[in-house]
Amino acid sequence: MPDLSLSAIAAQLFTGLVLGGILVLLAIGLSLIFGLMGVVNFAHGSLYMLGAYFGFFLWGLTRSYWAALIIAPLMVGLVGVIVERSMIQRLYGRGPDDPLLLTFGLSLALVEAVKLVWGKIGLTLDPPAQLAGAIDLGFMKFPAFRLLVIAITALVLIGLWLFLEKTNIGLIVRAGARDPLMVRALGINLDRVWLLVFGLGIAMAGLAGILAGPLRGVYAEMGVEIIIECFVVVVVGGMGSLLGAVVAGLLIGEVVSVTSFFAPKMAEIVVFLVMAVVLLVRPSGLFGEPGLAE
Amino acid sequence: MRAVFRWISEHPSVSIVAFFAILPFIVPYKALATQVLVYGLFAVGFNLLYGYTGLLSFGHAAYFGLGAYGTGITLAKLGWPSVWLALAVGIAAAGAGGAIVGFFALRRRGIYFAMLTLAFAQLLYFIAFHLSDLTGGDDGLRGIPKLTLGLFGWQISLDNPVSFHYFALFWVALAVFGLRRILDSPFGTVLAAIRENGDRAQACGYDVTRIKQLSFVFSAIFTGLAGALDALRITVVPVEALYWTTSGQAVIMTLLGGAGTFFGPFVGAGTYLVLQDRLSLIIESWPLVIGVLFMSFVLFLPKGIWGTLSPKIPGVSTRDSS
Repeated sequence: MPDLSLSAIAAQLFTGLVLGGILVLLAIGLSLIFGLMGVVNFAHGSLYMLGAYFGFFLWGLTRSYWAALIIAPLMVGLVGVIVERSMIQRLYGRGPDDPLLLTFGLSLALVEAVKLVWGKIGLTLDPPAQLAGAIDLGFMKFPAFRLLVIAITALVLIGLWLFLEKTNIGLIVRAGARDPLMVRALGINLDRVWLLVFGLGIAMAGLAGILAGPLRGVYAEMGVEIIIECFVVVVVGGMGSLLGAVVAGLLIGEVVSVTSFFAPKMAEIVVFLVMAVVLLVRPSGLFGEPGLAE
Repeated sequence: MRAVFRWISEHPSVSIVAFFAILPFIVPYKALATQVLVYGLFAVGFNLLYGYTGLLSFGHAAYFGLGAYGTGITLAKLGWPSVWLALAVGIAAAGAGGAIVGFFALRRRGIYFAMLTLAFAQLLYFIAFHLSDLTGGDDGLRGIPKLTLGLFGWQISLDNPVSFHYFALFWVALAVFGLRRILDSPFGTVLAAIRENGDRAQACGYDVTRIKQLSFVFSAIFTGLAGALDALRITVVPVEALYWTTSGQAVIMTLLGGAGTFFGPFVGAGTYLVLQDRLSLIIESWPLVIGVLFMSFVLFLPKGIWGTLSPKIPGVSTRDSS
């Protein structure tokens, strides 16, 4: 029987929050890009993986995790922008399957390209030295770096909310998701706004990657493993719903964390059982609108 | 020449069987011919759902793996030394899996379908991974015997690569004739109607969800047969048979060859496997080349090799590519 003390359970719940935070950063970008452009980005996970590798590269270059933490997501965002301009843009108007197939191919190519550059064996990315220890929260001790992950996730979510709700560009983004034709008729260049949002969503995936690197290791297949969990999050939360991505991401994070505490072998499986139950009870997801994305 | 092409396009099933009957004597080594045959059938199963019904599944590894494990476990663990029974178990397992996943995945249409099929396949992968007593887990299922078939007084040893090729060809021939029969039936016409416009098919009074489910089960059965034959071919079932990369192979092969065409899956499987065979000798990261090639096909040749070429061949009817 596992240790059932209050602090052990609290630690497990906080660990779930860390995993959930990383899933939320990914799923919200996936959902945002889908809601606006109708593109399901299969390569989202591989760009997350690229964030971790770029982080490793920049850490080696600058010897500073903080510099890597800021620059790596920008680099990944730039890769995303180049991909959108050079490839995905050609597929608008061809139906949602084609961008999904294209980004699937991109995902395969990125995994192999990374192996070619950094080798097949996984790498280790150390958390910054200042955060290597644990912090005493009163009721338990918790690794300082994990608290940073939770804090950064929260900050990014607040920032994104302020951007979408309080800025003029955010207003255009929301209007563009609802009725792109009307927004265009008002003389607004939606392509530029789409590119910005695409880059933003991809940069968030890169950020998730460099945050996850010290926790889960850096290896080429890390992205494809997590993209499947992200798809589950999006199905549970409802595609295109940002609130759904947050709630479902945290839910899945907690479910995985608590299950791996009691029955480690079930942790990978229980994610899919949650999805099956949601599909039976609420086919459109917890916060999804029926008919969207169908 | 024109008459030959016309005959081929009017007798697609016979042409495929004839082609594979001589293939072992054309390719550098016979094992490649059988591999193209089995993976071609895998792509045929995927193509029925994607190319003909318009449903993009990213989880066909599930039915390939169910077919392989169903057959492999019957022979290796249960100790029933009948190839026919083992194949039947594999096909039944794949069909049942298709019915269950289809029930869930078809609750959501459109883009969700791809994600759900992928998720359910991955669930099955994790289950097989942890049920190592039954499946061999990470080491794969080993100990599938190469049996001898008794057929009308003949003794055919499946250990011989050539006789195994013709044994597999017998099954693929059945599948290909069956598929042609399905596509030419009124049911096949409704599938095309659903692919082109599901709402309109619904308005015409067809029970679209039920027909999609049926198409899903047929697709899973073809795919399961391919998996079962593959288990007999290599006498081992690696757990990767259920991994998402296996689903990806069917997607890549079908799109390279031409989705929604009758010959496309075999053309694609041949292209993929020959490329893999040649490229892996030259560079270690051959999947990078295949990934980039696949991306260029999605961007510039969405109809695939056969879908692009066949309208240009004189005498070939357009029925095949429609």
